[in-house]
Amino acid sequence: MPDTKGEKMPYISNTDAERREMLARIGVGSFAELIAAIPEELRLKQSLNLPEALSELEISSLIHDRTCGNVCVQNANSFLGAGVYDHFIPAAVDTIVSRPEFFTAYTPYQAEVSQGTLQYIYEYQTMICELTGMEIANASMYDGASAIAEAILMSLRKNKLPKAILPATLHPEYVKVIKAYTEGNGVELVTFASKDGVADLADLAAKMDDSVGCVVVQNPNFFGNLEPVTRFKEIVNTNPKALLIAAVDPISLGILIPPAQYGADIAVGEGQALGNSMYMGGPLFGFFATKLDMARSMPGRIVGGTLDKEGKRAYALTLQTREQHIRREKATSNICSNESLCVLAATVYLSLIGREGLVEVATQSAQKAHYLADTLSALPGFALAWPLTPFFKEFTLTTPVPAEQIIRDMLNSGIYAGVDLQPFGHERKLLVAVTEKKTKAQLDEFADALREMNYE
Amino acid sequence: MSKTIFEYSSSGRKGVTLPRRDIDTPLEKMIPAEQLRQKPARLPEVSELDAMRHYIGLSHKNHFIEKGLYPLGSCTMKYNPKLHEALVRHSCFNNLHPYQPECTLQGSLEILYDLQEALAEISGMHKVTLQPVAGAQGEFTGIKIVAAYHKAKGNHHKTRIIIPDSAHGTNPATCALVGFEPVELKSNSRGRCDLDHLRSIVDDRTAGFMLTNPNTLGLFEDQIEEIAEIIHSVDGLIYMDGANLNALLGIVQPGKIGFDVMHFNLHKTFTTPHGGGGPGCGPVGVVEKLAPFLPVPMIGKNEDGYFFDYAHAETSIGKVHTFYGNFAIQLRAYIYIMTLGAEGLRRVSENAVINANYLMALLKDHFHIQYPEYCMHEFVADSSWQKKEYGVSTLDIAKRLLDKGYHAPTVYFPLIVPEAMMVEPTETESKQSLDAFAAAMIEIAQECREHPELLHDAPLNTPVRRVDDVRAVKVLDPVFPIQE
Repeated sequence: MPDTKGEKMPYISNTDAERREMLARIGVGSFAELIAAIPEELRLKQSLNLPEALSELEISSLIHDRTCGNVCVQNANSFLGAGVYDHFIPAAVDTIVSRPEFFTAYTPYQAEVSQGTLQYIYEYQTMICELTGMEIANASMYDGASAIAEAILMSLRKNKLPKAILPATLHPEYVKVIKAYTEGNGVELVTFASKDGVADLADLAAKMDDSVGCVVVQNPNFFGNLEPVTRFKEIVNTNPKALLIAAVDPISLGILIPPAQYGADIAVGEGQALGNSMYMGGPLFGFFATKLDMARSMPGRIVGGTLDKEGKRAYALTLQTREQHIRREKATSNICSNESLCVLAATVYLSLIGREGLVEVATQSAQKAHYLADTLSALPGFALAWPLTPFFKEFTLTTPVPAEQIIRDMLNSGIYAGVDLQPFGHERKLLVAVTEKKTKAQLDEFADALREMNYE
Repeated sequence: MSKTIFEYSSSGRKGVTLPRRDIDTPLEKMIPAEQLRQKPARLPEVSELDAMRHYIGLSHKNHFIEKGLYPLGSCTMKYNPKLHEALVRHSCFNNLHPYQPECTLQGSLEILYDLQEALAEISGMHKVTLQPVAGAQGEFTGIKIVAAYHKAKGNHHKTRIIIPDSAHGTNPATCALVGFEPVELKSNSRGRCDLDHLRSIVDDRTAGFMLTNPNTLGLFEDQIEEIAEIIHSVDGLIYMDGANLNALLGIVQPGKIGFDVMHFNLHKTFTTPHGGGGPGCGPVGVVEKLAPFLPVPMIGKNEDGYFFDYAHAETSIGKVHTFYGNFAIQLRAYIYIMTLGAEGLRRVSENAVINANYLMALLKDHFHIQYPEYCMHEFVADSSWQKKEYGVSTLDIAKRLLDKGYHAPTVYFPLIVPEAMMVEPTETESKQSLDAFAAAMIEIAQECREHPELLHDAPLNTPVRRVDDVRAVKVLDPVFPIQE
């Protein structure tokens, strides 16, 4: 091995002298002897073709150059949502999440030196149950989409039925993930129609039969609308074995009826809005909660309270016999981690925002969204897509010109107008999201900018 | 004993200040009455200081890399550079929305494009998707691609995937999730795949083969060329579980030695933090004939710049994540690769291998090693001597290590070694820290002889004593009982 004097050896501690000493202790003369098991003809003969190594200073300035190629929502007036939301995050959240004690730890396999991680997951599980009205939550899934997919798989495993019914108002990206997760397992996916931007319950009722293992509802749905959630259970119960899966926005649960109260058997959803930055859509995390009698069918990690040998309160991973490292191909899922650090952010967020704070965040988001909806739908050529359908913090506008054009025009004024629904099959529809972060002035600025365009 | 955050609650106490309402429409005017929540969720009511004391207090109960060696085999607990944390928190990264117009995301897309290219070069694969958010989701994506390949070819008879008995538990679980039947392959006396057994179980039903290389014993699967020939002869595909890619950087390109599809663990090989169990990132690389099946979107580049590329949507397996995967994790891995370059990455693997062999040399007289040849980045020792002579198990030894300020190795895995302790020191540890860890292990070996009861009793000085995980199952307590 050549000496490395003068070469960059980032994050490697040993010196050449130490390496020589170590090789001698191993009993070899060179590194090459250690990898003699790799047949010569399989080895790379030349150096990898990668850019030259950069120093800390150089990479920092390269990254800063790249950031200049981005325009973040902080420097714009953004109304983007559709699954990822720009809610307020108290600074203290990052103080906790940035602690190496949390972010450089592994999955809490050795409980005695992982009580920090285990306890915050236990607190998180409690908070999710409190929000959804459920009895048990897992330590999180990869995102809202995979949480719904795993909920479907769990339901069908539980009641041994082949069919899952999805609403036409479900987020289309979730549908893609659900398809990928369920195909190959003999799962039959059926979609029921929408009417006035929400579920067409008559169509759902018509599609219920003995083979239906579960029905999914998303509330608020992809278009921001509030589904008639209280009327689902009765229809789902026409097959007593069928389970109701509710995919919900956790912020909305500050003011909206919790899923357990309208008879949902499994509550899932995208958790990013709880204290996690948007990061262009990842990392996200999915929450997953259900009733105690289904605990053993759940996917993912679960933390439980217990005692140590002196009788002191302690926490441990529990019900691990469901998991892949024990059950292998018989496991409830192949997931062997969670999005722990995102869960930590959510736990600290919910602690800080508190009982009244979550109600306030949800209320202000709804109030501001409704104000903007009223203002925009009064502009010539604009209208709410479904004027009589209630919504929460996000609404769908019918636009006088293709939404793409509006998005482009507004970008010139530093406004992200919303999500164009044309790629999802809805012409001249714009999905507009509002959070508590918006001021009345910012809402008016958007309306003024649109008015000035005189689309009609 | 620490209280839960709920026990700090005091009615009306606040941890944040929110803006006052500049619009104040009553809820009843916006939301139908039957959809309104009757009682607020009983979240904690604490001050910011309460919350900070509580969570910082919890943090003190964790083992973490900056505290001490974390030799979990297969997990690659190397040092996570703090530069990455500083750079990813730039507001032009963490305040990006996934549905922003592409023209406002050019900086991020350029990074992701370059990362796709770099991972393809490192692995020798044709194309790489960054979308899967964990190693297990990478496996799922890769095996979905195997299924899509056979479906496209009309190979409906291909229903089985062969997996060695030394494999990670996720491999068979993944096959089951995709709808394949896993078939177990035996290891031989050298700790490698038993080729006679392989030949006897390969047939027309074989859709593929999942292999970890180096395997979970830390040994390079040196018969990979023959394996590839056997599997490819029945039109099977070879999947590489890339959990141990950190041993091969700049030394072997899996895509050039017979593997058709593989996942990377950015949180292992490319040092993105494990985060207490995630978020991770599990990109997947494929050879050319499998590229049409990769998830959408890929990151593309043309004369106008960078874009989300859905061109192959028709043949793609679809999506495994709502958006584009864990961007904040991808970003850290990119920074790491750019900091190391080709030479630095090769040195990572060299030093990982030297450190593992050095540690094995220090320990081999004190602990049994079933496969005592030179290892790659990790090795598997076991406590069979201690178990037989003194009744001390691997679990006891693992718990005693916690007392000495170390995390335990991965224990009882791989399943083919009784009382296994899988040790991976990583390249970021110095000789001094390996010497100290070996000294602690040797001290424990001595304690096994002299005070075996001490080991049954361990750990003695951790935040809690040995945790009763049987009780955690029997008396299931997943939720704190909040008092009104």
